[in-house]
Amino acid sequence: MESTAWNGFVGGKWQEEVNLRDFIQKNYTLYEGDDSFLADATQDTKDLWQMVLDLSKKEREAGGVLDMDTKVVSTLTSHGPGYLDKSKEKIVGVQTDAPFKRGMNVYGGIRMAIKACEDNGYKVDPEVVEFFTTHRKTHNAGVFDVYDEEIRKCRTNHIITGLPDAYGRGRIIGDYRRVALYGVDFLIEDKKKQKNSYGKVYTDDVIRAREELSEQIRALGELKQMAASYGIDISKPATNVQEAIQAVYFGYLGAVKEQNGAAMSLGRTSTFLDCYAERDLANGTFTEEQIQEFVDHFIMKLRIVKFARTPEYNQLFSGDPVWVTESLGGVGIDGRPLVTKMSFRYLHTLDNLGPAPEPNLTVLWSTRLPINWKQYCAKMSIKSSSIQYENDDMMRVVHGDDYAIACCVSSMRVGKEMQFFGARANLAKCLLYAINGGVDECTGVQVGPKYRPITSEYLDYDEVLEKYDDMMEWLAGVYVSALNIIHYMHDKYAYERIQMALHDRDVKRYFATGIAGLSVVADSLSAIKYAKVKPIRNEQGVVVSYETEGDFPKYGNNDDRVDKIAANIVSTFMNKIRKHHVYRNGFPTMSVLTITSNVTYGKNTGDTPCGRKHGQPLAPGANPLHGRDKSGALASLSSVAKLPFMDSQDGISNTFSIIPGALGKEDQVFAGDIEIDLDK
Amino acid sequence: MEGMIHSIETFGTVDGPGIRYVVFVKGCPMRCQYCHNPDTWEMAGGTKKTADEILEDYDRYVPFLKDGGITVSGGEPLVQIDFLIELFEKAKKKGIHTCLDTSGIMFRRDNPETLAKYEKLMEYTDLIMLDIKHIDPEEHLKLTGQPCDNIFDFLKYIDEKEKVIWIRHVLVPGITLIPEYLERLGRFMAEFKHIKALDVLPYHDMGKEKYKKMGLDYVLKDVKPVGKEEAIKARETILGAMKKRRQEMKEGK
Repeated sequence: MESTAWNGFVGGKWQEEVNLRDFIQKNYTLYEGDDSFLADATQDTKDLWQMVLDLSKKEREAGGVLDMDTKVVSTLTSHGPGYLDKSKEKIVGVQTDAPFKRGMNVYGGIRMAIKACEDNGYKVDPEVVEFFTTHRKTHNAGVFDVYDEEIRKCRTNHIITGLPDAYGRGRIIGDYRRVALYGVDFLIEDKKKQKNSYGKVYTDDVIRAREELSEQIRALGELKQMAASYGIDISKPATNVQEAIQAVYFGYLGAVKEQNGAAMSLGRTSTFLDCYAERDLANGTFTEEQIQEFVDHFIMKLRIVKFARTPEYNQLFSGDPVWVTESLGGVGIDGRPLVTKMSFRYLHTLDNLGPAPEPNLTVLWSTRLPINWKQYCAKMSIKSSSIQYENDDMMRVVHGDDYAIACCVSSMRVGKEMQFFGARANLAKCLLYAINGGVDECTGVQVGPKYRPITSEYLDYDEVLEKYDDMMEWLAGVYVSALNIIHYMHDKYAYERIQMALHDRDVKRYFATGIAGLSVVADSLSAIKYAKVKPIRNEQGVVVSYETEGDFPKYGNNDDRVDKIAANIVSTFMNKIRKHHVYRNGFPTMSVLTITSNVTYGKNTGDTPCGRKHGQPLAPGANPLHGRDKSGALASLSSVAKLPFMDSQDGISNTFSIIPGALGKEDQVFAGDIEIDLDK
Repeated sequence: MEGMIHSIETFGTVDGPGIRYVVFVKGCPMRCQYCHNPDTWEMAGGTKKTADEILEDYDRYVPFLKDGGITVSGGEPLVQIDFLIELFEKAKKKGIHTCLDTSGIMFRRDNPETLAKYEKLMEYTDLIMLDIKHIDPEEHLKLTGQPCDNIFDFLKYIDEKEKVIWIRHVLVPGITLIPEYLERLGRFMAEFKHIKALDVLPYHDMGKEKYKKMGLDYVLKDVKPVGKEEAIKARETILGAMKKRRQEMKEGK
C-alpha cells in the first residue's frame, strides 16, 4: 500500500504487511537527553482534569458509582458520543454517552452484570435479563453447564481462586497501533485475505477460524462507525500525531466497550507514537506544548475507564482496577534503547495530571537504558509512587523487543501473542490438604482426594514432601480442567472480536496458570525440615494449627537452604501443569504474582506450619512473608531472583515499598562536599 | 577471628556514599537517650561471623554495591577493633570502599598498644562518619552517660591522619537543637580540615517500641520528632557558624 500519510517515514516491509516492529525500528529517534524539554499542562488540560476530579468526588459521594447503563448492552456502537467538554478535548471518546457512566457488559455472564447493578443500587432491564437468560447464553452459563463436582468444590473452598468464569478474562492486548499506522480499511482487507487463506478442508479449527475472522472483520467495521460518531474518520492511516494518538485510543476504546476483562492493558504505544511526534515537530505541524496536551488528554481518558463490578470483585483486587498497563522504554535487540521523548511525555503526565494508579505505567528496565531516562524514572517514582518496573533484559530473550505487559507482569509480543488468563492455585492450602488427606482445614469438607492423612506427632519433612507432591499432582489436574472449560466457553460466548482483529492470524496462546502462597509454602517446609513442627488436631482429627519449636531459615534472606525449596516448588508445580492437555494448543506458563488478592486468600487459608495464623494475609506475589526478611532489600530481592523464570514465564512479582528517606539522603538536609559550600 | 554481629543491611542507602553493605555490630558503652538501637548495647545475643564470611556474603551483592562499599555501624564498631582491622584489611585487599560509623568513644591516645591498633585501622579506612552527640561536655555526659574528651581527641587524631571525615549530629529538641549549641558545633568543626560533609539527623521516636519490648525506660518519651524544615534550618546554622569561624581563622583571629 502507498499513502501520503506516510510521507517522511522510512519505508520498508511495514508498507506491504502489518508489521509494527519494522516501522518502529526504521523510524524511531532514540532520545538520550533529560526532561528539560517537557511542557507544562495547558489551561484546557487543567480545566478538563478539574472536571474529572469533580466527577470523581461526586462518584465517591454516590457510594462508588455515579451512573450505570441498565438498558443498553455495551458494544462498539451501542452509545452515541460522550464528552467532558467537547470544546477543550483534543482526544475524544468515552465508553458510553457520558463520562463516569458505566456500560453494561453481559457476555461474560448475565448474573455478574445483574449483581454488579444491584449491589450499586441499579436494576438491569428485565428484557435484557430475559434475553440473556433464555435466548442468548453467556460465558458464565456455559462454564457452569460443564463444571463437575470436584471443580465446584475447589472453587467454593478457595483452593483455586479468582477463576474468570463469571466475567471477562481480559489480559489480551490488541495492537491498537495498527489502527493509526494502517487505518481500518487496510486492516479489513488484510483480514479478508486471511480468511481466504484457509484450504477447503473444513476441520473444527478451520471452521472456528473463519467464523472468528468474520467476527473480527465485522468488529473493525463497527470501530469505524464508533469513530465516525465522534466525527472522525479512521478508515485511512493517521496523518499526524494527534490523529495517531486518537486512532490508538479508539482501538483501545473499542476493546473496553466490548470487554470488561480483569485486565485491559494498552500495550507499548509511546515509541510508536513518537515517530509521528518527531515528524510533526520537524515539519512545524505541532509544538511540544501541543503534543504534550494530546498525551495528557489521552492519559486522562485512560484514567477514567470504568467497569460495572461487584463489591466482592473490588475486594479481591483492593479497589476498582482496570490494569491499563502501558510498557515504556526497554532496549531493542540491536542494542539501541527504545526510549524516546514520548516515553518522557507519558511519565510527565504524573506531573501534569498528578499521580494516579492508572494507566499502569510500566518501565521495561535494562542496565543499558540511557542514564537521563533512568534518572527521570527514579525522580518520578519518588515523586509519584506510581511507576512499575519490569526486567527487560530477561524478557527480551523470550519475547524480542516489541512485547508488552498485560495486567502486572504477563509479557507477550504485541499482536502476535495472547493469553488465556488463569487465576491461581493456592499452594499454601494445598500443603495443608496434603497434611489432612484432602480435607479442607477451614470447612472440614473433603475437597481433594481421600489420601491417607499424616498421623504422626511431629511432621516429617520427607513424608510431608511426598504427600505434597501427590496433592499438587491432583490440584494441577483439576486446575487445568477448569481453565480448559473456561476458555472454551469464553471463546464461544464472549469472544474478544476487536482485540483479536488487531492480532495476526496465527497467534501464540499462552495458557497462563498462577500460584499463590509461595513464601508460606517455602517457610512451612523449611520449618518442618529445620525446626520441630507439631500439628494440633481438632476433635475430627483435622490439623488446624501447628506448634513450631526452634528457628528455621526463612525465605527472603538470600539463604539457599530455604530459597531452593521455593524455587523447587515453582518448577515442580509448573511441570505438573505441563503434563495436561490444554485448550487450543495453549503454551502453558505460570505466574507468581498476586498483588492485592493475597489478603483475601489469607482469609481462606488456615494456620500454616511456618507460624502464620488463619486469616493472616499470604505475602503478595513472590514476596517474603511480611517482616521475615531481616537482611535488607538486596537479600530479600535476591531470594526472589532465584525463582526460575522459565518455569514462571508469565511473571514473578515482588511488591517493594520503601519510604523515600530510606532511598538516600535528602539533598536539602544532607550537606555533602562542605568545601564548596563554604567557598560560596 | 569472629565478630559479634547484630544484623546485616544489604541495601544501606543512608550510611555513607552509594548503596552499601552495612554491618551492625553488637556492644556499645554509650547510653544515648535517643538511641534507636538499644538492642545493640550489650554484646550478648549477637551472631558470630568471621571477616571472611562477611566478605563472601558481600560478594553476592557486588553488582549493586559497585558505587558503594561496606560500612560498619552498631553498636560501637571500635569495641571490636581487632575484628574491625581484619575486616577492613581484607576488604581493602578486594578493593572495597570502607566506612566506619563511630562515636569515637573508645579512642585512647595515651595507651601505646591501643594507639598502634588505631594506626593500623586507619590504613584500611577510607571514610569515617563521626557522630558528635553533644558539643557541650556537661550536656554530653548527661545525654550519653560518657564524657566527650576522647571523642574530640579522636576527631583531632583522624584529622591529623588526613582521613575523609563526615560529621553526624542528631537534632534533639531541647537538648541539641538549640541555636547556641549548633553554633558552637559549627565553630568547633571549622578547626578540622578534613571534614567533608555534615549529616544532620532529625530526631525520630521509631526506637520507642524497642525500649518497650526490652523493658527499658524511654527518657525522651515527651520529645516530638523533628521535621525537615527544622533540620534544614539547623544545618544552615551549623554551616553558617563554621564558615564564619573559617573566615576569622583566615584573617588570623
